[in-house]
Amino acid sequence: MKFLCVTCDEAMKFVEAADAARGDAFSAVFRCPRCAHRIALLANPWETQLVRSLGVAVGGRTTPHAPFELVRERLADSRLMWTEEAERRLARVPEFVRPMVRDGVERHARERGYREVTGEVMDEVRYSMGM
Amino acid sequence: MKTYRDITGDGGSDISGQVASRAARMRERMASVANCLVVMSGKGGVGKSAVTANLAAALAMRGRKVGVLDADINGPCMARMLGVEGQALKLGAGGVTPAVGPLGMKVVSMDLLLARDAAPVEWDAPAPPQPQVWRGAIEAAALQEFFTDTVWGTLDFLLVDLPPGPERFPGLHSLLPRCDGAIAVTIPSAVAQLTVKRSIAAAHRLNVKLLGVVENMSGYLCQRCGAPQPLFRDEGDAGGQVLAASILGRIPFDPRIARCCDQGVPFVLAHRQTQAWRAFMDIAAQVGGLRVAQGDGR
Repeated sequence: MKFLCVTCDEAMKFVEAADAARGDAFSAVFRCPRCAHRIALLANPWETQLVRSLGVAVGGRTTPHAPFELVRERLADSRLMWTEEAERRLARVPEFVRPMVRDGVERHARERGYREVTGEVMDEVRYSMGM
Repeated sequence: MKTYRDITGDGGSDISGQVASRAARMRERMASVANCLVVMSGKGGVGKSAVTANLAAALAMRGRKVGVLDADINGPCMARMLGVEGQALKLGAGGVTPAVGPLGMKVVSMDLLLARDAAPVEWDAPAPPQPQVWRGAIEAAALQEFFTDTVWGTLDFLLVDLPPGPERFPGLHSLLPRCDGAIAVTIPSAVAQLTVKRSIAAAHRLNVKLLGVVENMSGYLCQRCGAPQPLFRDEGDAGGQVLAASILGRIPFDPRIARCCDQGVPFVLAHRQTQAWRAFMDIAAQVGGLRVAQGDGR
């Protein structure tokens, strides 16, 4: 999809996307580079979902691609992924309490909306327990 | 007034650049995979996934480095069949480390990402009406991530277990940087052969080399006399002629295959020297004759 400033016969340029990653309806602002006229593209929830499902970012990427990014963001009932460092630290915990620690760390991460368990998340849990 | 084609670029999103970057990442990832083979069927229920799991294990028993990608996004079962259920995929610097099963087989499957055994594959979507419109797109993007973001390392074989349905292969083929061959799985029934013919025709249309057909549940051995008996009425029909394809092998029905799948132990590891084991190993010998990954020190 492209936008044309009819007055200037000039292709409009992307300026910003509001709430690009969240929300059920995507919007983006485009501007004519010649006359500075601005317009907004307002997508309905259906169009928004289709674009998101393609795994591309309207307005261009602002962050590098993260592994399994789309699956982890969009899968409704997904397991939290652990970084290798976090798994190594968990492996140092005595085996008989490891499942309990894993559950506790994951609960902490889910409550805060984290998408993965990292060493920093484990530190947070440790501090919250006064350790 | 300018038309769509008069304007170069897309105003700053660089969607084509994003797609090209993803394709480049996938090509780079797959460069260390010597053979990417798809295992397909026409109809469901012919034992395609069981054949994939056991072929993977048989290749690994022959000393090959094997990975299995479960492309059945909605009905994943490879983690269970290869005994890696419950393992967590790990995030590393270079991507996602796959689960590791018996004989070092690497496995990526949607069921390794689901929070619970019984969790259905559902996507967070603010636009619930008519999900069929976007569901195909998100499943394709998920599969691309499986290929692109998994740290497969050096593999001799990456077996891609497709979901059932003759239309699945053309859909997936367009996502793959390359496909080195296809294996079709069927059973000796006219209905199954009719649908697998369509899968084979699709492979031909896409100029993908068909390595051959595996005829699963190809008779059974009488428990009393040990003589092979037909399991389906149409058996005895020359499957290869019907399908106009070479038969890679015929796997006799053996209830222990299903039991092993349930238990997460490859049948070929658990029941050596059986007739079905010999059939799997013979197929692996034919498939294993393809090229081996370079630079792995073997």
